[in-house]
Amino acid sequence: MAETTVTLTHKDFASDQDIRWCPGCGDYSILTNVQRVMPDLGVPRENFVFVSGIGCSSRFPYYMNTYGFHTIHGRAPAFATGIKCANPDLSVWIVTGDGDGLSIGGNHLLHTIRRNLDLQILLFNNRVYGLTKGQYSPTSRVGMTTKSTPDGSIDYPVDPIAFALGSGATFVARTVDVDAPHLQQILRRAYAHKGTSFIEILQNCPVYNDNEFIEVEDRKQRVNASLKLQDGEPLVFGPESDRKGIRIEDGVPSVVQLSNGQDPIEAGVAIHNERHDTPAYAFALASLTRPNFPVPVGVFRAVDKPSYETMLAAQVTHAIAHKGEGDLQALLESSETWIVEA
Amino acid sequence: MSEKPTEEIQHVAIRFTGDSGDGMQLTGMKFTESTALAGNDLSTLPDFPAEIRAPAGTLAGVSGFQIHFSSEKIRTPADYPDVLVSFNPAALKANIGDLRPGGMVIVNVDAFTRKALARAGYEADPLPELRDRYRLVEVPLTRLNREALKDLNLSARDTDRCKNFFALGMMFWLYHRGMESTERWLASKFKGDVLEANLRVLKAGYAFGETTELFPVSYIVPKAKIEPGHYRNITGNTALAWGIIGAAVQLRQPVFLAAYPITPASDILHEVSRYRHFGVKTFQAEDEIAAMCAAIGASFAGALAVCTTSGPGFVLKQEALGLAVIAELPVVVVDVQRAGPSTGMPTKTEQGDLLLALSGRNSDCPVPVLAAATPGDCFYTVIEAFQLAVKYMTPVVVLSDSYLASSSEPWLIPDVSQLRQEAVEFRTDPEGFQPFERNPDSLARPWAIPGTPNLEHRIGGLSKQEVTGNVDYDPQNNQRMNDLRHEKIERIAADLPPLEVMGPDQGDLLLVGWGGTHGAITSAAEDARSDGLPVSNIHLRHLNPFPSNLGEILVRFDKVLIPELNRGQLAQLIRARFLVDAKSLSKLEGQPFRVAEIRARIDSLLAGEN
Ligand code: SF4
Repeated sequence: MAETTVTLTHKDFASDQDIRWCPGCGDYSILTNVQRVMPDLGVPRENFVFVSGIGCSSRFPYYMNTYGFHTIHGRAPAFATGIKCANPDLSVWIVTGDGDGLSIGGNHLLHTIRRNLDLQILLFNNRVYGLTKGQYSPTSRVGMTTKSTPDGSIDYPVDPIAFALGSGATFVARTVDVDAPHLQQILRRAYAHKGTSFIEILQNCPVYNDNEFIEVEDRKQRVNASLKLQDGEPLVFGPESDRKGIRIEDGVPSVVQLSNGQDPIEAGVAIHNERHDTPAYAFALASLTRPNFPVPVGVFRAVDKPSYETMLAAQVTHAIAHKGEGDLQALLESSETWIVEA
Repeated sequence: MSEKPTEEIQHVAIRFTGDSGDGMQLTGMKFTESTALAGNDLSTLPDFPAEIRAPAGTLAGVSGFQIHFSSEKIRTPADYPDVLVSFNPAALKANIGDLRPGGMVIVNVDAFTRKALARAGYEADPLPELRDRYRLVEVPLTRLNREALKDLNLSARDTDRCKNFFALGMMFWLYHRGMESTERWLASKFKGDVLEANLRVLKAGYAFGETTELFPVSYIVPKAKIEPGHYRNITGNTALAWGIIGAAVQLRQPVFLAAYPITPASDILHEVSRYRHFGVKTFQAEDEIAAMCAAIGASFAGALAVCTTSGPGFVLKQEALGLAVIAELPVVVVDVQRAGPSTGMPTKTEQGDLLLALSGRNSDCPVPVLAAATPGDCFYTVIEAFQLAVKYMTPVVVLSDSYLASSSEPWLIPDVSQLRQEAVEFRTDPEGFQPFERNPDSLARPWAIPGTPNLEHRIGGLSKQEVTGNVDYDPQNNQRMNDLRHEKIERIAADLPPLEVMGPDQGDLLLVGWGGTHGAITSAAEDARSDGLPVSNIHLRHLNPFPSNLGEILVRFDKVLIPELNRGQLAQLIRARFLVDAKSLSKLEGQPFRVAEIRARIDSLLAGEN
């Protein structure tokens, strides 16, 4: 199918449009890393579609030299659903934010994840509304002062990972805007997963919520403040000299201090498993938050389930196989009819 | 064969009424089928209770089905029934007021118990008083039905549930209808004792009609002289669903239908979902907004996309529809209008969404609007909507209504090979491609779908630069793009056939109608003309743009009357656009117009009243 036989590079995925994010915005790094991953996925460029809603992150499709659709606030998952159902061969990527995806678009995010369409959802979480200039978002911390909450926010935040797990996501991951190798690795995993892949990308908004994730972005701090999830490996974090692990008992996580050279498994540290049948373990991981716990980054859950668009296409194929290709004349003449003679 | 005398009549309207559990819709439909096969012209109107589970025996739970059939051409289900069949006191009470004076009332006299009378709100038995005013036929339906089934091993409940088929058999005898189509249907639907029971009571009812002294004569309605051809009976919703499938066949591109369940449009989703072997994909979305968005997404990806909904859902789709306008993507939205505002009366009809369809979006956001005239016309209207959508790269709104959706008429089955075949053309040539370059005639932009090499481009809701489609906030560019979108829709008028005036070409009074009131308005105008009155009428199938000769027709008449099931929305448009003093005849009862209501207004206008 693809006429493009030359090998593409990340430059082939950059559009000719000027990028309009603020200087220092975490979105730049995400864009660069997405463009770097694209050429390796083995997908002809014309088969990529980026779909977004409204917000800073939703400008993303304009900067990708692929097919793109910048839609309306919160509804990108619904547009993407139509695109994927109409043509399952397309590689569909949704770009959304914490406001777009979890506030106005929460309903569509829930249902798209639940249906398990084979597409990728990149949720840029900066815990603030950027495009409308700095109001608190559904992921903002309680107490955050903004223009719309001069006395501090009294909204309890929603956790994107727990939301995705609760919606029945088959692939859930978290990564960080500035951690290029990790971000690229997660993007590749997400593409490879057949079904809805949900990625929360912690993203800095230097203008309205600077340093919200500094502990996991900063190379020094993140050794203690983040936990890299690796399938089959114990949940261990911290520097070699001060290693700690996460134990999960009755679904309740706790931190265990490991002595020098101690085997974490013997110390009761949980071993990461992306493929538990139930999401209970992944929910326990999602509950790990600062300051008492490190922030987990990596794949929380990856399980297999048939995707919506393949089942939909299969129903069509099955119907044609069993009833034959539809005959409109026969349909119009079905059941009781009569002839009026001239 | 009956030994009793027969009487030939030209037309009759029968209304079957009962509790919503009595199977009145089914009874009506089976009677309709047989009537169609008997060669009469016909028109039907079901009347459903608004509540799904209203208490049995109450007025709120009454369900009705009216059929009007004739040996002449007819266009409406009739203003008033000539015959009322009532299965219980509540059904009688809710409907007797509509019965033509001196008409026939057939009641299940067994259901007129003291308890049932009280539940219907009758203080005394109404039957004695009815005997003087109507031809009252008191049939012990429950007893006769039980008697016919007494040796079968059915529960009392299952036995009583058959009594509508006893009544149906009796009505078949009374109007000389054949039972074969109903027998075939029963055999395809049931088996064992239930099949046996229904077949038996159907025949028993027929035999009862033949022998009872309650019916001294039976009636013959001769075949109508209708255009020769192959016919079927069809409701608006079925015609619409088949039109959607027909569009896929004609434009040779798969359909993607996205919908959220809503009365009275859900049946279209149900019907289309049955035909996956036509390559149709249907998607029940999480809400009305998602359905619209998914359809637009599917259109971007190259499908023939359609959404079916009703007023409260249509409102929710407007923001996304605006995106389809600025992104210039083809998508069809069907609004089966119902009585509002808000949740209103979900099962009742209205034409209240015209202005919403034309201008319910933020800013100036033009979309073509079409309205179906009759149940069968829903088929052609939706196909035309798809053709316009892909030719002009625009969303198109189709207005139907609750009356068209559920009423039925005989429909001349089209020869599919004679319908216009036109495969959709996608842009594939990358040479000089610009997402918003325009066809010089239609002003449509190219449809370039994902998966096509070297046509990668981005579209969205932000203001677009002419030709390139890049985001652009230049004031003059915004003016030009608004002008182009407007002009594009206006150019559709050149594709439309000129309006035909029925009746004199000019003169005293012109009736202007649109949508499902076509039958009532045309009948009223014909009726007036046959009385020698100078009345003409036109019907608008296209509400945006209007056919190009509308203005010149309007000025040829002294008076213009616009009957609508809203507060005068088209009248307002016509007055504003053509500066004519159009009068509005408005009705907001959730019911279609009666021919007599329109006729009365014709008479008063011609008599010089204002
Ligand atoms: S407002 Fe914040 S999120 Fe938006 S572009 Fe600027 S820095 Fe980035």
